[in-house]
Amino acid sequence: MRKSSIFISFILGCTLTLGLAFLDALFQKAGDLPLLRQEIKVVETLQLTDFCLATEARHTRHPSQSDWHSPFQSHPGALDHFPSGAIIQPPERIIKGHELPR
Amino acid sequence: MSYLVNKQRNILDFALSSLLRRKGKNLALVAVYTLVVFALASVMFFAAALKKEASLVLSATPELIVQKMVAGRHDLIPMSYAEKIRKIRGVTAVEGRLWGYYYDPLVRANYTLLVNEKTALPEKTIAVGAGIARVRSAYRGSTMNFSSYEGKPMLFQVRGILSQESELLSADLILLSATDFRRLFGVPEDYATDLTVQVRNKKEVATVAAKIQQMLPDTRPILRDEIIRTYEAVFDWRAGIVIVVLLGALLAFLIFAWDKAAGLSAEERREIGILKAIGWETSDVLQLKFWEGLTVSLTAFLLGTIFAYVHVFLAAAPLFATVIKGWSILYPNFRLTPFLNVFQIAVLFFFTVVPYTVATIIPSWRAATIDPDQVMRT
Amino acid sequence: MIELQHIFKIFNAGKPNEHVAVEDVSLTIEAAKITVLRGPSGSGKTTLLSVLGCMARPTSGRILLQNREVTSLPSRFRTEIRRKTFGFIFQQYHLLQGISVLENVMLPAYPNGDSFAQLKQQAEKLLDLFGLLPKAASKVEWLSGGEAQRTAIARALVNNPAVIIADEPTAHLDTKLSRELMEIVAKFKAEGKTILIASHDPIVHESPVVDQVVDMRDGKLMDSGAA
Repeated sequence: MRKSSIFISFILGCTLTLGLAFLDALFQKAGDLPLLRQEIKVVETLQLTDFCLATEARHTRHPSQSDWHSPFQSHPGALDHFPSGAIIQPPERIIKGHELPR
Repeated sequence: MSYLVNKQRNILDFALSSLLRRKGKNLALVAVYTLVVFALASVMFFAAALKKEASLVLSATPELIVQKMVAGRHDLIPMSYAEKIRKIRGVTAVEGRLWGYYYDPLVRANYTLLVNEKTALPEKTIAVGAGIARVRSAYRGSTMNFSSYEGKPMLFQVRGILSQESELLSADLILLSATDFRRLFGVPEDYATDLTVQVRNKKEVATVAAKIQQMLPDTRPILRDEIIRTYEAVFDWRAGIVIVVLLGALLAFLIFAWDKAAGLSAEERREIGILKAIGWETSDVLQLKFWEGLTVSLTAFLLGTIFAYVHVFLAAAPLFATVIKGWSILYPNFRLTPFLNVFQIAVLFFFTVVPYTVATIIPSWRAATIDPDQVMRT
Repeated sequence: MIELQHIFKIFNAGKPNEHVAVEDVSLTIEAAKITVLRGPSGSGKTTLLSVLGCMARPTSGRILLQNREVTSLPSRFRTEIRRKTFGFIFQQYHLLQGISVLENVMLPAYPNGDSFAQLKQQAEKLLDLFGLLPKAASKVEWLSGGEAQRTAIARALVNNPAVIIADEPTAHLDTKLSRELMEIVAKFKAEGKTILIASHDPIVHESPVVDQVVDMRDGKLMDSGAA
């Protein structure tokens, strides 16, 4: 067999596998839809605001609900987003807060 | 047409033969290259899936939350504020939320205690998240002891375990009745942790927030939009950190690949001369180099992307999960729903395949324009 | 028929290290004949061959290939002429290391874009002709000197060129292999190919199959005559 034939088959095989990954993603998504709906329902009923990803401190358990002055908050108007806060200024919109235009 | 295809396949044949001559070195290159693509793609897939999940799931979060601030810190909000807010035009409902944290020294974990009127739990009973059930070995009917704000023990019976499927949101939750919550934490009757506000017209949420801010200057409204954006920023930044950590390795690879792709050895120069002498055109030589570069980079791109998919969505990302998801004692078990799109793949392709291929061709340019008769003279 | 008219090839023209490699050479090479360029090393034989084979442009002068002027053609066309009209056998063979004998022979035909099966058949036929078929899959560095030379010849023939140019083909061969080479060359002549050899080896220019010997010295033609 020609080397190029082997290589082209290999590349086609890989592309096909990648296609299968896309297909798998679709199937998994379809399979997870009830679960996602359930999650959305939990959020709605319990009026949750945050993921339960880091439960140790309030500014990590509820990053969206933390104080104006929490350890890694760059600006009182900004929601904490460690560690970006230490490096980058929060967007203008957030800094301005919710005052009515004067 | 078939002339062009034949020609390119012939050149590809030779490019492969040529690469196979330095089998060990080129395989090592493909392996490292694959690893780099794998790392980048894993981070990208993972962060994108988390962001998508956040925006999807948190789309049901209250559209407006009002906190009271005292000296810059979150404080209990008087229910009288709810009355004032209810009078603002466009507001359909205002509810007080009761929630807080409880540190359990037994397992050294933080719980989130939450009152939910709809769940209607009788007094002295609780429903716990699956994560708590795990660390405390709790089951329906078992009891859990809490210490109230006055230091008095309070015994609760577990009435239910929250579904495992929503662990991403509820692993550390404890649901209890409002009476028990107030008793446990000493929250006065006419106070709430914060208020959720429902607005009739979604477009007016920002205006309502501004009005609340004006009317009650010691409050801070939080919009749903901001929450979702916070999560996007969090995951973007976490992915960014992984990339920064990988940057050293990435640069090292870049130097290696550049040296490999761009540095033409005397031997390679001689070969280009021979090819020209036996009748190859400059463009044929460049096509050869194009195929050499593409062979390596396309292989690495495809393998790396496939491995990344398997790693992130079939094996739950054992390598990067903690950095991107965060950590905690009460860590939720959850499986990410894959969200792949063509755009991601295209970005990855342009950042991995194209630079390498170009780096292979450019340095050959000069070598490929040498006079073929130089071969005769050596 | 190839006609050279007042060919000059000057390297580093106008610089202190200027070197006149070929000086005012006019020569006619008959088709289907064997012509030998004879001369000591540095006499300009190799330079003349590369100018003649469309590898390098002369500094001045004209080359007519079958009455077609080729010196002023754009390099793309010159490459195509070189590939299709000339087959080169280099002094050092210049085979590509690490590549199989078969692929080395097929290489000059790759840019033609002919069908692979056809091309492979043609290359195998040539290898068979030179008794190299059993070695087709071996890498060229495993070949003996004679086998390498025959591989180089097979490569020169793969595009079925009308003219074969060989630069010192016997330089690395013993007497027996050199005589074998001349037999092969004689076969080409019988097939109607034009052969041009640069050599100062008596086995070559004293061979009875040679039709014309051209003597060169210091880039100039001495005299010419039938061998």
